[in-house]
Amino acid sequence: MRIVMAMSGGVDSSVAAARLAEAGHEVIGISMQLYDQRASPQAFGSCCSLDDLYDARRVAAAIGIPHYILNFETPFQATVVKNFVDEYAAGRTPIPCIRCNADVKFATLVEHARGFDADVVATGHYARVRFDGDTRRYTLLRGVDEDKDQSYFLFSLTQDQLAHAMFPIGDMTKPEVRAFATRRRLLVAEKPDSHEICFVPDGDQGAFVERQLESRPRDGVISDSSGKVLGEHRGVHRFTVGQRKGLGVSVGIPLYVIHVDAADARVTVGPREELGSRSLVASGVNWISGQPPAAPTRVTARIRHRHRDAPALIVTDGAARATLEFDEPQFAVAPGQAVVFYRGEEVVGGGWIESS
Amino acid sequence: MTMPVRIYFDHNATTPVHPRVVEAVMRAFSDDVGNPSSVHYFGQRAKTLVDDARAAIAALLHAEASDVVFTSSGTEANNLALRGLAEAAAPGRRHLVTTGIEHEAVLNTARALERHQWRVTVLPVGETGVLAPDVLRAAVTRETAIVSIMHANNEIGTIQPVADLVSVARDVGAIFHTDAVQSAGKLPLSVRDLGADVLSISAHKFNGPKGVGALWIRRGVRVLPTMTGGRQERNRRAGTENVPGIAGAGVAAALAIERLPMMAGVARLRDRLERGILTSVPGTHVNGDPARRVPNTTNISFEGLEAESLLIALDLEGVAVSTGSACSSGTLEPSHVLKAMGLPSARARNSLRFSLGVSNTDAEVDFVVERLPMLVGKLRGLGRRASALG
Repeated sequence: MRIVMAMSGGVDSSVAAARLAEAGHEVIGISMQLYDQRASPQAFGSCCSLDDLYDARRVAAAIGIPHYILNFETPFQATVVKNFVDEYAAGRTPIPCIRCNADVKFATLVEHARGFDADVVATGHYARVRFDGDTRRYTLLRGVDEDKDQSYFLFSLTQDQLAHAMFPIGDMTKPEVRAFATRRRLLVAEKPDSHEICFVPDGDQGAFVERQLESRPRDGVISDSSGKVLGEHRGVHRFTVGQRKGLGVSVGIPLYVIHVDAADARVTVGPREELGSRSLVASGVNWISGQPPAAPTRVTARIRHRHRDAPALIVTDGAARATLEFDEPQFAVAPGQAVVFYRGEEVVGGGWIESS
Repeated sequence: MTMPVRIYFDHNATTPVHPRVVEAVMRAFSDDVGNPSSVHYFGQRAKTLVDDARAAIAALLHAEASDVVFTSSGTEANNLALRGLAEAAAPGRRHLVTTGIEHEAVLNTARALERHQWRVTVLPVGETGVLAPDVLRAAVTRETAIVSIMHANNEIGTIQPVADLVSVARDVGAIFHTDAVQSAGKLPLSVRDLGADVLSISAHKFNGPKGVGALWIRRGVRVLPTMTGGRQERNRRAGTENVPGIAGAGVAAALAIERLPMMAGVARLRDRLERGILTSVPGTHVNGDPARRVPNTTNISFEGLEAESLLIALDLEGVAVSTGSACSSGTLEPSHVLKAMGLPSARARNSLRFSLGVSNTDAEVDFVVERLPMLVGKLRGLGRRASALG
């Protein structure tokens, strides 16, 4: 089968490419150029910098597949970056990787792949997709490696997108991936994982948002939940629910951001106890099966990538909205992040956190 | 998996090395081990190879052998020309005039001079890529030291009226450099007819080895060395000569002279390819000057798709072509050549260059003309769907 392999230059997508090639597929390696590299010459090590493009090319050569670079700066800016900036300006905490998967990798790249007669796009995600012969539907499963599982970032894929998706390392653990790369002498075998958001390589998201906006969000006050003003701030985009550092206020006990209100330019802070939420409302909900559950359903729910999913009851509220009631309060439920519902290994669906 | 056919339509990027060139290079590597600067037997043998090659290059240019300086590339030849002429320019002459369609080796070198207080004028060209002599006339003054205008363009193949442009430069006493990297081997080349003072070529564009360029400098024109060191190349380019490469370049030059008549056949193939594409693929346009271009090149815009994607689709079919855009360098710039011709960036972004060579065949042209409508159709369909969604 002819398969387009999205190659970031990291060890995961490199091993995924090598496995596909070993299985006898005709693999076309594609690296996506997502933003202007010249603007950030210090971007080494972060996803898809020039060094990463070099690594992807070397790996492709080592496993004997063609490799091309496609320029997706325009769609990436229009979907992922713009959403990221708008969300921060609205006082929310976005996850651009999910938009990138749904709107770039499994949209724009799939379209291009079709133009090259490849029906499937493979990525180096730790997740699995299966076709269920009984229901005639695709299921999305966690990666076998619990620590590395990236199914959280894929919740918004539709049945049509899953039909064209392949995750060749979903059944491997990270140590197995590294061992495979070492065995095959891939030059990225020991390359560190990337953690930053690829287009903000210095990690300063506030400064990035300000560079992208015509005018930065206005100054405002920091108060406690009773409304007492504790300090001032230089824009809500610099705050995220659960944040402890960089608040610039001190009352003798550790304070956390509890709530960000962009309309009033108000940041509410409080002690850790005030961060707990028993429920949340999610919008833009995607049900992997294509069907919302008929009745309230027990799931485990993950409210951010590194969160250990917690038992909860989902009450759907129309197809695209859901209310989630946790058995135990969850800390730092941040609007803008994704909430993803699991039943065991299977991703049931997910949505964007609106409020808690 | 069946191996695809491999069709090479990218001769303006580089050309296959001729077997007789390979032979000459190998022989120099194994038999002629000396340093041309050495006095002894081994040195003399190596020197003979370099001198023979110099004579062959001079013959290709209808020039004097002693006026030919070997360099490591066409880029180095262009650097030596501009920087070396600038260094030697009279006080009060610090103005360089060039065009927007030059190769980066010229454009970026001109920009480097700008940082050394040179005034640089980059002239626009007409919509077919030709610089009108009057446009040049309006730009040059008595302060103009250097006029650098390419002979033939790498992306569109357009040939400049060099002789006419030279006489404009002459009128103000400026030195004229021409980058002839894309015309050597494709057009008859005579420094006498062109009238230029300094001219660059590169061996790998005419079936020679990569890593050898040459700069012809009219006797009496001062070009100071940019590479300093020993006294090689009559003090104009220091560094031990790349003897095997230069020997190969000499053989390639001799072959280029001998095979120049074959370019008529290449032009016939190019014209067939071009007509075939224009006929079978709707929404296609030729960029450049159909009447005034090198015989092997056609640059075609395909409406409604990204050239980048078509290039990949063609490569997957085994067909090697090229775009003007350079996205692998970290940015998606539409071709600066097509932009300088005043084409809208959409059209600049959807153009592909097909550059043929003597080893291409009718069957290869037929294959491409037959496959293209299907590939283009597929990619265009996607573009429409994507924009309907977005």
